[in-house]
Amino acid sequence: MIYVNGEPHERDGATIAELLADLGVEARARGVAVAVDGEVVPRAEWDDRRINEGERVEALSAMQGG
Amino acid sequence: MATETGPDRTEQIPVTDTPFELGGRTLRSRLILGTGGFKRLETLAEAIRATRAELVTIALRRIDPQARGSLTDVLDECGVELLPNTAGCFTARDAVVTAKLAREAFGTDWVKLEVIGDDRTLLPDAPELLLAAEELVDDGFTVLPYTNDDPILARRLEDIGCAAVMPLGSPIGSGMGIRNPYNISLIVERASVPVILDAGVGTASDAALAMELGCDGVLCASAIARAHDPVAMAHAIRAAVEAGRLARGAGRIPRRLHAEASTPDEGLADLTPPVR
Repeated sequence: MIYVNGEPHERDGATIAELLADLGVEARARGVAVAVDGEVVPRAEWDDRRINEGERVEALSAMQGG
Repeated sequence: MATETGPDRTEQIPVTDTPFELGGRTLRSRLILGTGGFKRLETLAEAIRATRAELVTIALRRIDPQARGSLTDVLDECGVELLPNTAGCFTARDAVVTAKLAREAFGTDWVKLEVIGDDRTLLPDAPELLLAAEELVDDGFTVLPYTNDDPILARRLEDIGCAAVMPLGSPIGSGMGIRNPYNISLIVERASVPVILDAGVGTASDAALAMELGCDGVLCASAIARAHDPVAMAHAIRAAVEAGRLARGAGRIPRRLHAEASTPDEGLADLTPPVR
């Protein structure tokens, strides 16, 4: 079990790019950023970085804000 | 009062202002727009055009698969530069990680640094703010910190290497204007980086006052986004920032306790009726 934006998913071993595709986001999209267990994962690693059991992924995008 | 057939006086204003240098960029507009609170992206785009802002804030939140319309596409079409914020961060660590995520997302090392102390006031947490600012400056960020109206804290932020200081007029979204103009003046008096009034603007006169006090710019979100007519308020606040800037340069008259006639007494007609 892994966690994506707080929700549990049976996607152990999936890459970040695959998880973003699950969310309907193109991995090259501008305004998208990813953290795993509170650390930034650079864009260049999204195709290869696999998410393991228990890891928490935060997948973020641009939102209006002051 | 100008009419539709009357002369257009707007082009006659002698604007001999110095350019607004911020973090190594030269901006024509001294109004930075916060994008939060607009109900529709179309309204946001219209408001951006009305403010003539060149820099707008943006946030990062969890991806919403149901989200419609691309915010970044709209902002790109408006031709504005993005200023990511760290809104919602309560610790230096969260703010630093958020700034780094924003750098990945938007390809900019500019950040509006917010580290808040509590949900009720959204006031900055000074010790955490300083820690975060120091770490981000060391990491090469151009740091624009949202800070209290505290001249000493502003000085500390400047000493750390922040590219500007952005004191609040009053709490975020409160629309309470500038509660302590004296402190804003003290910050302006000493600062050698730009001072941008951030938070508290409720209407145009608040923005004008900020500029009259000597601020270099105003950052405004809620006052425009939550106005009954956001685009009209965008025009009003843009005009107020320009008016306040002109007035600051023009130099206000001193305040006096008593009246001083503007019409000379000399040559006043003697209208006393003859005594019969």
